[in-house]
Amino acid sequence: MRLSTPNIQLNEKGKLRHFLTIEGLKHHHLTEILDVAESFIDPSTGDINKLDTLHGKAIMNLFFEPSTRTLTTFEIAEKRLSADVVNLNIETSSTKKGETLLDTLWNLEAMLADMFVVRHSESGAAHFIAKHVAPHVHIVNAGDGQHAHPTQAMLDMFTIRKHKGDIFDLKVAIIGDVQHSRVVRSQIQALSILEAREIRVIGPKTLMPSHPEALGIHVYDNVEEGLEGVDVVINVRLQNERMKSALLPSEKEFFNLYGLTKERLAFAKPDAIVMHPGPINRGVEIDSEVADGEQSVILEQVTYGIAVRMAVMDIIFRNAKELLEEKRQALLDINTMETSE
Amino acid sequence: MRLTVENIRVLDPQQDIDQITNFYVSRGRILAIGKEAPEGFEADRVINGTGKWLIPGLVDLQARLAEPGSHYEGSIASETKAAVSGGITTICCPPDTNPVNDTQAVTELIQRRARQAATAFVLPIGAITKGLEGKLLSNMAALKNAGCIALSQANSPIQNSLTLKNAMGYAASNDILLMMRSENHNLKNNGVAHSGVVSSRLGLNEIPASAETAALARDLILVEETGVRAHFSLISTARSVEMIAEAKKRGLPVTCDVAAHQLHLTEYDVMDFDSLFHVTPPLRSHEDKAALRMGLKAGVIDAIVSDHTPLDRDNKLLPFGESEPGISSLETLLPLTLRLVEEGVLDLNQALAKVTNHPANILGLHHGSLEMGNSADFCIFDPETNWILDRNEMISRGDNSPFNGWEFNGMIEATYFQGRPVYQNNPV
Repeated sequence: MRLSTPNIQLNEKGKLRHFLTIEGLKHHHLTEILDVAESFIDPSTGDINKLDTLHGKAIMNLFFEPSTRTLTTFEIAEKRLSADVVNLNIETSSTKKGETLLDTLWNLEAMLADMFVVRHSESGAAHFIAKHVAPHVHIVNAGDGQHAHPTQAMLDMFTIRKHKGDIFDLKVAIIGDVQHSRVVRSQIQALSILEAREIRVIGPKTLMPSHPEALGIHVYDNVEEGLEGVDVVINVRLQNERMKSALLPSEKEFFNLYGLTKERLAFAKPDAIVMHPGPINRGVEIDSEVADGEQSVILEQVTYGIAVRMAVMDIIFRNAKELLEEKRQALLDINTMETSE
Repeated sequence: MRLTVENIRVLDPQQDIDQITNFYVSRGRILAIGKEAPEGFEADRVINGTGKWLIPGLVDLQARLAEPGSHYEGSIASETKAAVSGGITTICCPPDTNPVNDTQAVTELIQRRARQAATAFVLPIGAITKGLEGKLLSNMAALKNAGCIALSQANSPIQNSLTLKNAMGYAASNDILLMMRSENHNLKNNGVAHSGVVSSRLGLNEIPASAETAALARDLILVEETGVRAHFSLISTARSVEMIAEAKKRGLPVTCDVAAHQLHLTEYDVMDFDSLFHVTPPLRSHEDKAALRMGLKAGVIDAIVSDHTPLDRDNKLLPFGESEPGISSLETLLPLTLRLVEEGVLDLNQALAKVTNHPANILGLHHGSLEMGNSADFCIFDPETNWILDRNEMISRGDNSPFNGWEFNGMIEATYFQGRPVYQNNPV
């Protein structure tokens, strides 16, 4: 039985070549991202300094689906690493004129792109693109369908680690629309790899995947029970744009049953943090009192997103350089041996 | 041409024959099977069949030939060549052509092109409703009279229950066989993958088993009420097998088939989003696959079909959910069926029956058997030659096979249609 995706995101040395999904990565891959991100933040000021690590590299942000927050943080991260950045407005691009996705990509590749940061409405789109680009082009998944949003998950892990010191042994509850959320799938995988003690999801059956056991999660219908004693509460929004049928009676009823209020949050540990990948819908999944409250770390998440995305791109290009140098060295060694013979 | 194939293992499930003997053909018809040649028979050509098998030409209840439609994806000429290379000499083509086969003119066009190709029998299946839209009934009796072997909705099952009931009642009155694909589009909800552990993990839009079983329950109730002869195509779930078994036990006039790939692949095969594994109905769970195999063995499932859908590469070079569903599968129907024998699911006789006489019997035809007087449609099969499927070498215009790289034991050496060799791998 084949249980995991063939890991096309790792190079022959087992290091990150693309960043498509958290699934299939190891503990050290994730901690490396978190540690490198940490190193980019000035401990005294909390600022992220500009580096020239990716000077001369061309990164294209291909967003086939609208996004403001993710696109902006990627762009800032790329610029902080001194890369040349191109944002592609796919709505007006050639795909709308009938050109296939691959033709578009191959044309962009011919314009000497080194990395594509891709957002697409289809699950698996980033994998598809990674399989078909030239070997020197790297792909970072900025969200594909309902599948994965790995950089978002990593910035969430970063935020948790900042507040809790470690992920290990924590109890984490995720409230809301699990079925339609790429962020939640990646969060669950990251929490699992980083050995959180328990991952709970809270919501009605209509917002849960058909086989939650496949994700290693415990499903709670009741918010209070689900929040009991947890260290971290992650609130996710209703993915209305991906809901294809009547899944809920109304946003009001959803809030009444599952909305994160101050009273409900009291069931979690007193020092529990509240997270939300945004954009938040006040009064739908979260009460303003909680979103703006003392336990909320929602805005920190956004800032950390820059450092984490910088870390991912930095690691990928560093791995590629390392591999190239090893190959060059091996070639030199062979030449030297042949000459001496 | 008069032909003798000597010392060959003749296998014919219809007549329960499995013996090493001689096989005689005269003027395109099967003359005799036996050690002694019929009196006065002199062959123009004698083939030594030592070590080989001779089996009836396969009957495929569902294969798309891409014509009329896009020449880019194949034609009746190209796809019948692919069929005979896989041992298939009778092909039923569903009505989801372009234009839809909902008029006599389209039926006759298909027949004319098939006669021109002269490679295999092509039996058109007409549309139950105009344009396959599920609203207005086509001229069902006229389609039957024009030569449609049955009527179906291909992959666009009728969603309106009253329309379906009317279609069934009308078909029953005119003794028309309906080939049903049971699928509730509301429950399918534009899904692309089986609702199971893999779709839960990958976030692919889910198609629950109930999309098939809820529709099947409705369809069976309407079959019972109307008395129509119904053949259920491409069943894919364990529950469907139980429901068909129950219906048969109750004496309903129903039969069913399964696509060969459903017997070998499961939802786990879509783990890396490879669009070659995108099919409809979707690849199901291990439990479903096991139940389908049991259903075959128990005789609940009558036939195995290719559900051949040749697609050009552009239709598959897309993210999973955007790609077209379908497999180019004429060339793998027999190999995948015989693999079930190797895996101990069926014995050889049972396996061959699922692709020869059983499907023919569903259609009320004599095809798929080596009975005396039948059209001499047969294959010479070499059980000792192993081969690896290379999608670049497929004969079908569509090379969309997920079985690329699979090793198969035994291969078709030659296929004869109406007594003429229409495919030869190695000169025999």
